[in-house]
Formats: sequence, structure tokens, C-alpha cells
Amino acid sequence: MSAAAYLRCFLGIVYRELLRFVHQRGRFIAALVRPLVWLIVFAAGFRMALGVAISPPYKTYILYEIYIVPGLIGMIQLFNGMQSSLSMVYDRELGSMRVLLVSPLPRWFLLLSRLAASTLVSIVQVYAFLFLAWAYGIRLPYGNALLLLPALFLTGLMLGSMGLLLSSLIKQLENFAGVMNFVIFPMFFLSSALYPIWRIKEGSPLLAQLATFNPFTYAVEMIRFSFYGQVNVHAVAVTLGVTAILLALAILGYNPARGMMARKRTTEA
Amino acid sequence: MIPASPTPSALCVEGLTFSYSGKPVLEDVSFKIEPGEFTVLLGPNGAGKTTLFSLITRLYDSRVGKISINGAEVRAAPGAALSRLGVVFQQPTLDLDLTVRQNLLYHAALHGLSRRTAAERMEEKLLRVGMQDQVRARVRQLSGGQRRRIEIARALLHEPALLLLDEPTVGLDIASRRVLVDHTHSLCEEQGVAVLWATHLIDEVEDRDTVIILHRGKIRAHGDVATVTAAAGSASLGGTFQALTEGRQ
Repeated sequence: MSAAAYLRCFLGIVYRELLRFVHQRGRFIAALVRPLVWLIVFAAGFRMALGVAISPPYKTYILYEIYIVPGLIGMIQLFNGMQSSLSMVYDRELGSMRVLLVSPLPRWFLLLSRLAASTLVSIVQVYAFLFLAWAYGIRLPYGNALLLLPALFLTGLMLGSMGLLLSSLIKQLENFAGVMNFVIFPMFFLSSALYPIWRIKEGSPLLAQLATFNPFTYAVEMIRFSFYGQVNVHAVAVTLGVTAILLALAILGYNPARGMMARKRTTEA
Repeated sequence: MIPASPTPSALCVEGLTFSYSGKPVLEDVSFKIEPGEFTVLLGPNGAGKTTLFSLITRLYDSRVGKISINGAEVRAAPGAALSRLGVVFQQPTLDLDLTVRQNLLYHAALHGLSRRTAAERMEEKLLRVGMQDQVRARVRQLSGGQRRRIEIARALLHEPALLLLDEPTVGLDIASRRVLVDHTHSLCEEQGVAVLWATHLIDEVEDRDTVIILHRGKIRAHGDVATVTAAAGSASLGGTFQALTEGRQ
């Protein structure tokens, strides 16, 4: 296969994902409403209850609603990553996964393209959310919005790989609710998305410790620092490392020799 | 990939064995399909048809046995093998929200076809299945039979040597089933495409077809309809199928 064939394949996968996104308006609206409810309702309540002292990258005292925006961006990508990867397992998407995998191009390339495509969709959602946050009057350094791109891409890739890995490991995924309870909620709440780790530590050192083991914490911090034009090297390194591991495992999970696809579908034999 | 002989078999399965959790699903399955041959893989539910298809399409691998498509071994040269393979899966795999054109162009992209080649082939293949007027229709608006025809056109876009169809008539009415069976036969005759058609419905088999009867993971009979029927000492293929698949372990 020529380089042009690879490029056509990649563009085809991205284009399809964008088309599907355009057609699934419900999913788009849900993706925006979820963080907006947190930003407008939850943050308004917590603004009074929780003061956020100065800690990097912030140089002054900030309002709580400003603190949680990076976390909410992570939340958008978390939901999107899980949804797009796990939808390959249930609903009609199983079929489309099969169509994808009978392409003559290498499987790692197909899976990576699919992940890149869904990451792109999550980035569109993030910018739509930032636009609404701006319209609502949340004062963020919007001038740095483009600096977020690398962090958003890496976060999307990490969370998408995680979803893909889960989809290859879990034998039966009855519905999305199980994933919400056992993956999305713990990852989101046990991170620095809603409160700084030092705040969690005041309440429970154990939970704070757990939050430092959560890769989502590092993705959120990476986004937070990018917003202020800074690079949190530690966060970037952890996110990069975790992405590489998850991606490798997900690709291995879809390796036909490992038979994970086989394990799931014995009933059809 | 250099083919093993000047005209390699479209599909060559040798000594294929596959088990799941120690339970054999396929046992020593071997057969060949030559270009232009229409082979019906006949077996009751649970015979191992879908597993065989999953192995041919490389959704998973078997360590025992060998599968070659048009001379390219699936495990050693997956790219070369899959580039000559077209598949119509048992479950519908079209995107309902997208148009016929969008679905077909996506498939063409997955096979690395240029936009121009894709557009030309799309026109040609849709014409063959009589769906040329539906290019811009959303798949959701089409009937089950129409969707199947689109899936066949899609599977042929990259001009495969072998076309696999896994119970393609499930859920279709009698008229649509007939159209699909006839159309696929004409593909074999006119274009030399080899077809492997899995079904559990006897009435989809025509006298000129090759039949493989698969039951509990083993091939029980293989040959043209007359030979298979005669060998079983039965008056009809239906009788043969029943005799070979009922009450046997």
C-alpha cells in the first residue's frame, strides 16, 4: 500500500467520524449540557463554600468556576472517549468495527486513525463549550485557547485508548451506565478536576493519594497549565507515558492472535 | 505478494482447527474455492460458520491450519489477503444516518482507493445491483433488501477475488431473497468472482452450486449438489442435509 492509500484511509475515517458527529445532534447537545450544568449550577454553589488559594499556574486568587473549567474540558473528552470507543462494542457499531478491521491496512494504523478521528470530535466539543463559557461571562485567558490543542489531542488519545482497551477486555457491556459508575465517575471525582489535590488531602490523605495515581489528574493539570501558556512537564510526561501504554495494550487487544474478539463472540459460532 | 501458482484458488483453507476454551468450534476444516465458483456453506445454527468467516476475515487467528486468499496467506500477508476479499457480514454494517454514497466512499477510503476510482466503481457497482438512483438516499430510508444490495455493491468496490456472505438473506422477504441469490450467481458467472455463501436455508442452493455441509465444526460433505446427494444416498439435498446434521455428534 502506498503512502497515498494510508492518507486516503485516514481522511476517510476522520470524515466519517465528523459526519456521524454532525448527525448525532443529541450526543453533541448532551456533551455540552453536562459540563455547562457543572459550570453554572455546581460552581455557583461552590463558589461560596470553597476558596481556591493561589497555586500554579494561577497567579492570583481565582473564582471556583475558573478552577473547574480544565476539569470540565477533561470531562467532555472523558465522555467522548468512552462513548466512541465503547460504542464499538454495543449498538450497531460492532458492525462498523468489523468493516474497519477488514481493511487491508495494518490494524494499528486503523485503530490509531479511529482514535485520532474521535479525538478530533472531542476537540470540536471542547471549543464549543469554551465558546459558551465565554458567552456566559467566565473570565478565562481565551487568547490562549489555541495553545490547548496539543494537550487536548493527547488527552483525547489517552482516554480513547482507554475506552478501546476496555472494549476489548470487557466481555459483556450491558449498557453505558456500568461504565459511568465504574470508570467515568471514579476517574472524574478522584482527580484534580473539581478540587486541587491539596484540598482533597485536608479531607482524606488516602483519597488524595489515589488521585495522584489517576492519569486523568495529569491530563487535567496539563490542560490547566496550557491554558496559561505553561507546560507542566510532569503532567505531560505522565499523560504521554500512560497514553503510550494504553494505546499499545488496546492495539494488542485487537490483535487477532490474542482472540479477544473471539472471546466475546462465541455465542455466534 | 507473488501467488503460489499462475491462477491461485480464490480461497484455500487447509487443516483449520479452532477451539474456544478447550471446546472445538472447527476441526480440521479443508476446502478450496476456485475463481468463478459459487460455494454454499450449509450448516445449522452453531455449526461454526460465523467462526470460519471470522477466521477468514482475520477478526481472529487460528494457530492450527492455513487460510489463503488468492494465493496470499492471511496470517503471513494480511494486507495482500484482505485487499482481495469482500465481505457482507451477517449483521447490517451500513451507517443508517449516512447516505449510500457516503457509506461507499468510506469503504473505498478504507481500501485506499482514490476518489476518482471510487466514484467510477461506485457508479458501476450500484448499477449492477439496480441501486444507481439511490446514491444520495439515506440508508435509513431503504428497505432491508435494498440495504443488502448496497452492502454487496460496497463489498465489490475494491474488486475482490473472493466475496464472503454470512447469512445475507436473514430478515428478508422471499422476493428480496431471490433477487440477492440470483444477483450473486450472475456475479460469479460474469465477473469470475468466487463466492462463499453461508446459510442454513436449503432453498438458497442451486443445482449448479458447490455445497459444503458443516456440522459441529466438521465438514460432513463437500462437492456439487448431485454428488453430495448421491453420496448420502438421499433423494434431495434437503434429505441429505437432514441426514447429515440431525442426531450426529
